[in-house]
Amino acid sequence: MKTTALIVLALLAGTASAESVTVYSARNEQLIKPLFDAFTKETGVEVKLHSDKEGPLLERLKAEGSNTPADVLITVDAGNLWQASNMGLLRTIKSPALESNIPAHLRDPKGEWYGLSVRARTIMFNKTQVKADQLSTYADLADPKWKGKLCLRTSKKVYNQSLVATMIEELGEKKTEAIVRGWVANLATDVFADDTALIKAIAAGQCQVGIANTYYLGRILDKEKDYPVTVFWADQKGQGTHVNVSGAGVTRHAKNAAGAQKLIEWLSSDKAQFIYTDKDLEYPANPKIQPDSVIKSWGPFKQDTINVAKAGQLQAEATKLMDRAGYR
Amino acid sequence: MTRSFALKGPLYLLPIVLLTLVPLLVVLASFLNPQPEVWGHLREFVLPRVLLNTLWLVLGASCGVLLLGVPLAWLTAACEFPGRRWLSWALMLPLAMPAYVLAFVQVGLLDFTGPLQSLLRQWFGTSAWFPPIRSTGGVILVLTLSFYPYVYLLARNAFMTQGARAIEAAQMLGLTRWQAFWRVALPLARPWIAGGVMLALMETLADFGTVSVFNYDTFTTAIYKAWFALFNLPAAAQLASLLVMIVLVLAVLEQQQRGRRQYSSRMAAPQRIALRGWRGWFASAFASVVLLIAFVIPFIQLLLWAKGVWADDFDERYPGFIGRSLLLGLLAAGLLVVLALWLSFVQRRYKGMGVQLMGKLAVLGYAVPGTVLAVGVFIPVAWLDNVLLAWIRPLGFSGSELLKGSILVMLLALAARFLAVAFQPVDAAMQRITRNQEDAARSLGCNGRGLLLRLYVPLLRGGLFTAALMAFVDVMKEMPITLMTRPFGWNTLAVRVFEMTSEGMWDRAALPSLFIVLAGLLPVILLVRQTDGH
Repeated sequence: MKTTALIVLALLAGTASAESVTVYSARNEQLIKPLFDAFTKETGVEVKLHSDKEGPLLERLKAEGSNTPADVLITVDAGNLWQASNMGLLRTIKSPALESNIPAHLRDPKGEWYGLSVRARTIMFNKTQVKADQLSTYADLADPKWKGKLCLRTSKKVYNQSLVATMIEELGEKKTEAIVRGWVANLATDVFADDTALIKAIAAGQCQVGIANTYYLGRILDKEKDYPVTVFWADQKGQGTHVNVSGAGVTRHAKNAAGAQKLIEWLSSDKAQFIYTDKDLEYPANPKIQPDSVIKSWGPFKQDTINVAKAGQLQAEATKLMDRAGYR
Repeated sequence: MTRSFALKGPLYLLPIVLLTLVPLLVVLASFLNPQPEVWGHLREFVLPRVLLNTLWLVLGASCGVLLLGVPLAWLTAACEFPGRRWLSWALMLPLAMPAYVLAFVQVGLLDFTGPLQSLLRQWFGTSAWFPPIRSTGGVILVLTLSFYPYVYLLARNAFMTQGARAIEAAQMLGLTRWQAFWRVALPLARPWIAGGVMLALMETLADFGTVSVFNYDTFTTAIYKAWFALFNLPAAAQLASLLVMIVLVLAVLEQQQRGRRQYSSRMAAPQRIALRGWRGWFASAFASVVLLIAFVIPFIQLLLWAKGVWADDFDERYPGFIGRSLLLGLLAAGLLVVLALWLSFVQRRYKGMGVQLMGKLAVLGYAVPGTVLAVGVFIPVAWLDNVLLAWIRPLGFSGSELLKGSILVMLLALAARFLAVAFQPVDAAMQRITRNQEDAARSLGCNGRGLLLRLYVPLLRGGLFTAALMAFVDVMKEMPITLMTRPFGWNTLAVRVFEMTSEGMWDRAALPSLFIVLAGLLPVILLVRQTDGH
């Protein structure tokens, strides 16, 4: 009787084989699956993937508590990793490999999560209408000379919340708010729902400059070589260009914490880092790896080395500031 | 009426109501946790705008679906004009197109960078005079085009079953055909039309995907902002509870308006009004234009996109995605029809405030933003799992999921979400059954379950069929609940759409979207054939 019950239970729940790692991922399947497949091939460890948006994933981890099947949490921004850590959903991992592969500003100071790819958010411009020497900083886009020429993406996207959060840290709240108000005053059209639409608007001449993540432009350039939009690295004389990370942490109640750590370490290895830049057109978090794809043409750039954790810490502040400034 | 009779009705409804009420109460519990600081911010900078926007959207979309749905239903149900036969089913097709897909395609086509405005600029040098699609009007347009099929389908059902006698009687009493429509046909179809509008209205309030494409701030986007940007789940839940209460009030008001009127009537083969000359052609043109904008053009765009990514993206997993989508749709539709019949039957047998109110509560899930409901379902299920696991662990069980990774939970969550969709057609059909029919059945010794199976089910066949197919199509399009409650690796077409759109790859999302539309086509066609069968 007892055995039958157990068999039924096992059938219901499915048995977790010892050598598998379960991942909750907000990074979508087609961007992360090739990496997992390569990992499985190399190590024999199977990766089970459950994808959803960050918010539901965090609620899920919280509700499941110690019974979570998840060993690893992957997000596409530092803010949500910071939140996960703040909610006590992650655990510290000590790893010399990760510490040497990932620069200090791209990982949690407490070692609960690590950035694995860099997503640079910078200025983009229409080559036929703007000269690169007219551009300098994010703040400069608030100058009235750009009136009616600026395109922005919605403030609801976490990438903009992170950008404004680091600006609050570096420039102070008052100055940041003035800049954001300046941006809003310079808008050529309502803010866009996504970066691709924004880049297309710059190309079509609806506006001349904008702020976007570089890989969106990379995807377009991959198909259309002669595209009129290109990248300008913002704030190179100052703090450097704003970067965010997609990264990972081991869950607090991981069943296979060792396997989880192995996966994250592998994702920081040369081979995996190369896939991030080659397939996904993002920048490797590991500075030793050189991008070798369409993004090479934009050249190297100076990153803002403020710790990306700040983006999480000040995300709510940044959102409120943008609400106040009328940045939708 | 005895006391036990008064209690029986609510008791029978309790299981269904709990399905929706438990997740809602989980959400409502957030009121115990006041968030004055966040509320201060929301009140000053967020709510004034989103309340006004939401009001416009609700008014605009309600008027829109009425103005498209009712005339189209009347034309195809009661009139004859060129192309009527195929238009009558084709006008249902937009139901198969997810609203967020329609939104993306329309914005892509009609925005500054789209082909239309680009062409205008080539010809005239400017397209500045072109009305902006990313505007209140644009959102209302897309929501109307997406949701009018609810009204169309239900109103058409009403017009087809109300028969010609009432209209004939009205005409004999000296009304013109036009007056007869306004004063007889339309009032007789009222529960159906109101039901359709109510569905459109609830879906508008709960919508997140469509308004996000427009970056249009509504009450629902405010909920998401409080949650994902301000990281304040209690405040988000409090906003969601307000939304639920607004819908509850609307539902009760609608019910009171309807009052004690009865809508039963007998069927008689309807005599179609022939629209001759320009009138007929005008009717065809009107219906064709709606179909073109709501379905044909976006469908072609999806085909073009899908063609571009087919070689890279179509792989051996697709049969699995399609199979699971179909299976989920079928199982959920079956469950929903049973629940809707149960709900409607109990409400008919047992009158009284308690039953009425519970009936309204049971269908509220449709007005709650999907992610909120998904979390509301997941929290109690995960809790139950934790309790159960604590019991069975000592027996040697080593897994970490019991209920939460099962299809059962997914089905129950979807049922909580879509009960309104299945209930409206069943309940509207229920109104057509006369007291006389019921009394006759009773006098022949039919009672209780016998009455249900031998009188109601056969008479409600049309309504049940409509309910099943609407639920089937809606479940296949659903995203947040499927994402949150699906078992590991249980990926459907909608999950595939999510994977692509979450990184803005709309052209790649076209492939799974196309399959959703194709899978939705079959039931839509069946549906109209069935309603035309009378």
